[in-house]
Amino acid sequence: MSMQNSNSSAAPSWPLLTGVSVVGVYAHFLLHAESQIAVLGLAVGAILLLIAFSRFGWTARVATSAATYPKLLGAGAVAAVVLVAAVSYEMHFALLMLTTVLLYSTVCLGLNIQFGYSGVVNFAGAAFFGIGSYTAAVLASHSPLPHLLIVALAGLVAALLGSLLILPVLRTRGHYAALITIAFGILFKTFLEVNDALGGPQGLKIPGMEILGWKFNDNIAIGDHELSFYLNYLVLSLALCAVTFVLVRRLERSWMGLSMDVVRLDETAAATFGVDIARWKITAFTLGNGLAGMAGAIYGMMTGFVAPNNFTFGDSLILVSIVILGGIGNPWGILPAAAIVLILPEKLQFIQEYRFLLYALLVILILLFRPDGLLPRKIRNYFPGDAGR
Amino acid sequence: MDLGLLGQYLLNGLMLGMIYAMVAVGFTLFFGVLDVIKFSHGDVLMVGTFAGLATYLGLESVGIDSPWLQLLLVVLVSVSAMAVLGALIAKFLILPLKDAPPLNTLLATLMLGSVLRESVRLFYPNGSNPKPFPRLLPTDEWSLGTLTLRVDNLILLAAGVAAIVGVHLLITRTKLGLAIRAVAQDGETARIMGINFEWIVLLTFGLGSGLAALAGVMNGLYYNETNFGIGLLLGVIGFSAAILGGLGNVYGAILGGFIFAGLQTLGSVALPAVLPSVPSAYKDVFAFTAVIVIMAWKPTGLIAEKSSERV
Repeated sequence: MSMQNSNSSAAPSWPLLTGVSVVGVYAHFLLHAESQIAVLGLAVGAILLLIAFSRFGWTARVATSAATYPKLLGAGAVAAVVLVAAVSYEMHFALLMLTTVLLYSTVCLGLNIQFGYSGVVNFAGAAFFGIGSYTAAVLASHSPLPHLLIVALAGLVAALLGSLLILPVLRTRGHYAALITIAFGILFKTFLEVNDALGGPQGLKIPGMEILGWKFNDNIAIGDHELSFYLNYLVLSLALCAVTFVLVRRLERSWMGLSMDVVRLDETAAATFGVDIARWKITAFTLGNGLAGMAGAIYGMMTGFVAPNNFTFGDSLILVSIVILGGIGNPWGILPAAAIVLILPEKLQFIQEYRFLLYALLVILILLFRPDGLLPRKIRNYFPGDAGR
Repeated sequence: MDLGLLGQYLLNGLMLGMIYAMVAVGFTLFFGVLDVIKFSHGDVLMVGTFAGLATYLGLESVGIDSPWLQLLLVVLVSVSAMAVLGALIAKFLILPLKDAPPLNTLLATLMLGSVLRESVRLFYPNGSNPKPFPRLLPTDEWSLGTLTLRVDNLILLAAGVAAIVGVHLLITRTKLGLAIRAVAQDGETARIMGINFEWIVLLTFGLGSGLAALAGVMNGLYYNETNFGIGLLLGVIGFSAAILGGLGNVYGAILGGFIFAGLQTLGSVALPAVLPSVPSAYKDVFAFTAVIVIMAWKPTGLIAEKSSERV
């Protein structure tokens, strides 16, 4: 931490604070934009502004500032989300979207540990998300367990079901390993469709969350104002996402993250240096699936409904697209990528129908021309600021 | 269970296995020459089916109604269009990504599959609904006791065998096949020996995609129905079959195709017989579970890929 003090004179904190505020204000306008032209204008404006800012070198200053004050960046991001949510306190739809972005980001942070750090491919992200939702549906309807415990259990069940795949995932590599998770994702959805006990294709209802008598599905009344009930879920999802984020960052900076990177980059070298390949693959796979399960449970309780059609192979691909779009291995890239992939099609009604087509084209273009994603992962930075590089 | 019903299941399983094997051979050819997985293969098959369907509708509208001529043109258009599409995909998506990590190629082609699928759904007239596929083959029936043989199914089976044997002969007996095998074994050395690497890659992708289009038309003729979603499942099944057999091995792919069809048939016949509470709808669950178990047992397929660790 002494480095931080010596660097503070070199890199000021205001570019970071300005950057976070600009993004926050932008998100606010995007969420509140009503007309199609306004949304389109905002989308095009963002691209033009980004190009202009990087011409003037402003983005680089924000990046340096962010690298100098990582904690301030985290706090700023949380504050921005809280402020944007607080301003739209009675708009159900805006809050629903914001919460969805947070929950999908949590899943993608888990996928990031798998794809980005230890190199375990997982094309069944939506299936593990779905396992979480279904676990929440069954446990919340048929057991008196407290709901926070159910969320944790949903993560556990997803991780446990995922561990059925550990043996094949460990024994196979590359394309063979990809097939295992693809087959699992399709198997999961087919199983739910033909299974009557879990509601078949119609799915199940999920009761809303309730913690210590606080009903999440009731609007919150403060004086004359009525706050949207989605605020409850937003706060919970923000907490989950923030904790996950800190966890992922700590993991990356620790010796565990280093070991995972070695396993991904070169298994032979890893084995030669005494890194236990199986251990890190299992850790990454289980952790990622558990996170997907927990996020799935909260999402299910928020929407009140779960059906097999929400967890197709296409949805798993969207999750992977978010990870790739953000920059594989960089947790900071996930939040903006999730926002782009989830909010833009909801807002731009005329592309709603074409969204799968557009994502697919976008990901192909990124893979061809910018394979490291929008915010590429940087080399580990153990000391704040540029000096640590 | 009587013999006739058993024979019916056997015929159905053979037919499915033939289609799966044709898709799997494509996967294994592509993997052979470039060590890549082209996941859009199933969707190329689907586009081939729709190209055939569109040709049929076009011929109907200009008044050509001889079923044999129609069939010939449907197959020709579908196969050649998909061969071109396959070569274009190789040229503009797969060759540029040759030096990228395998995950990137897999993802790019997965996404290309979505592009093809969504394009048919959105831009083919009324593309999101299932389409009837015409019966172009004679539907006479022969009865052997309780077993009914339909002429069209027998023709389809024979066509499938002919296609697979044809590809096999092409690869083992011709100069082109020799070049494909040379590129598959060692691209660098093949180039030194004067083989045009890029041409061979494009031809191989064209060949595999044409085979997939034929499988797609056969699938349409067999079920008399098609929809934009068939490619995804057929692609995953073909991929599973190629991997079950061992990537890069044509015999393995054929074996894998028939094994998968066998697992599905077993799942729909034997499962309800053994466990009455489990309906035959679980056949895919059973087949994919079996694939995962087999992969855990033989991680590089039944006929293992010959590979050595490069350090």
